[in-house]
Amino acid sequence: MSRVLIVGAGPAGVRAAETLVQAGLRPVVVDEGLRAGGQIYRRTFVRSERTSRTLYGAEADKAEAVHAVFDRLVADDHVRFHSQTSVIALQDGVAYLLGPEGAITFAYDRLILATGAMDRVMPLPGWQGAGVYTLGAAQIALKSQGVALGRRMVLAGSGPLLTLVAVQLIKAGGRVEAVLDTAPLRTQLRGGLGMALARPWVTLRGAMMRAGLGRRYHAGVRLDRIETDATGPVALHWRNARGEARSSPCDAVALGWHLRAETHLADLAGVSFEWNAVYAQWLPKSDEMGRAAEAVYLAGDGARLLGADAAESAGRVAATACLRDMGRPASDLAPDLRRLRRLARFAASLQRAFPWPAEMARALPDDTVLCRCEGISAGALRATVDLSGPEANRAKSLSRVGMGRCQGRYCQLAAAEVIAGQAAMPVSEVGRLRSQPPARPAPVSAFLGR
Amino acid sequence: MSGVGRFLRLAEEGRVSVVFHFDGEITIAKQGDTVITAILMSGQSLRPSDSGPEHRAGFCLMGACQDCWIWQESGPRLRACTTEIIDGMRLTSKAPVGWPDLERSR
Repeated sequence: MSRVLIVGAGPAGVRAAETLVQAGLRPVVVDEGLRAGGQIYRRTFVRSERTSRTLYGAEADKAEAVHAVFDRLVADDHVRFHSQTSVIALQDGVAYLLGPEGAITFAYDRLILATGAMDRVMPLPGWQGAGVYTLGAAQIALKSQGVALGRRMVLAGSGPLLTLVAVQLIKAGGRVEAVLDTAPLRTQLRGGLGMALARPWVTLRGAMMRAGLGRRYHAGVRLDRIETDATGPVALHWRNARGEARSSPCDAVALGWHLRAETHLADLAGVSFEWNAVYAQWLPKSDEMGRAAEAVYLAGDGARLLGADAAESAGRVAATACLRDMGRPASDLAPDLRRLRRLARFAASLQRAFPWPAEMARALPDDTVLCRCEGISAGALRATVDLSGPEANRAKSLSRVGMGRCQGRYCQLAAAEVIAGQAAMPVSEVGRLRSQPPARPAPVSAFLGR
Repeated sequence: MSGVGRFLRLAEEGRVSVVFHFDGEITIAKQGDTVITAILMSGQSLRPSDSGPEHRAGFCLMGACQDCWIWQESGPRLRACTTEIIDGMRLTSKAPVGWPDLERSR
């Protein structure tokens, strides 16, 4: 009984694989990328002309270490790596995979999910147009392709990525017109204290980056709308902390408010969820070791949004839990668990410093496109509340919000706030969208004849 | 074709060129580009929206939102942000002739 499947080859998945190999196992690792590294340590398709220092900045050594560890595991045939492969469904201990080899199934005894996270996005009028992206997209475009998403960019949202992406773009020669942070300075200062106590150097580095943005950066803004023409964004209209109307001309907008855990596969694997008020989202339940269901383990940002350093620790911890449950000897986890606790304190303060602007969703005009996949307006979603009550899954059935290409990945948190606002109740009582297979679009032909 | 593209290249100008077709037009990109980069270096969008008047040009670039699936002339679709451009690819923003257009007729 030693068939272990690891989904995700970012920092968490790589360290989990390394830990299992050290114990004599040969895990199977599946990742959608061509090469290991995940989104944070994403690599280019062809060997880059840029150095690791240029690509990953202060995290270059960590990125190189994660890449080297995994490349060695693959070269030595200690893991079986299915790259560019998606997990389409999980059922009764069988993973349905789709990749370059076509559709294949894999029966596993134990499952480690290291599926990472995506940008958490708040809709605003005009966000459905071409040329509006996530902050993560802006960073990926720069890191893995060497391109900017436009010639004049406006970045908006909140959280550390907002400042980081702006700094990286400017350094690379991109033009950033404005950096618009919905977090007021007072919450930033309050949360910043806790951040500095947990990770003084990281906090200081962030503050210095921010200072480097100068007059481009604005705190405590309210985002009104993205003005578009036939090709895309023309300007982002916003209000400053004093409520004065401003507009920033642009041809591209990138939006993001921290991250949302990617939990689709955890849901299909039978993990249960709870509303987390600090992170303002539903997160899978697990113990400190990552045990989340029978023979299912979670590691990294897909379980707890603590960042890449924590993901490496969590990957080792989850793999160790897996080994212990198999009755195998496993190493001491105390240093990793201590590190995770410290990083959790930092992350919680970060969330307080740069909060999710829930009230922005509740105040969205009725004609705002809320679900950009299906083009459903906030008003259409509000109308379902009177018909079927304030419950996320019923609202989805009636309105199609969350039923499109992204399966609600990008709109469901805002949608839940819209429903809660309409019913004047806390968002945690609206419920969570149940995930359905397939987790990714798949041609019917891939699964015919089974 | 070399209209003004949506994306702007800031690095790695030296990669070798790749030629592909998008909506029948000969288009030039660079080896190592994703399909989305390849198309948006000289164009403004990937496809019409399923549900509104606007066009679409991707959103997350990390394979999560599924906004950027486009067609190949040979039939199967591909996700433009996670697929590498290959010399000679023939891509289209709309379904090839003969495919029932389910999205539009819904």
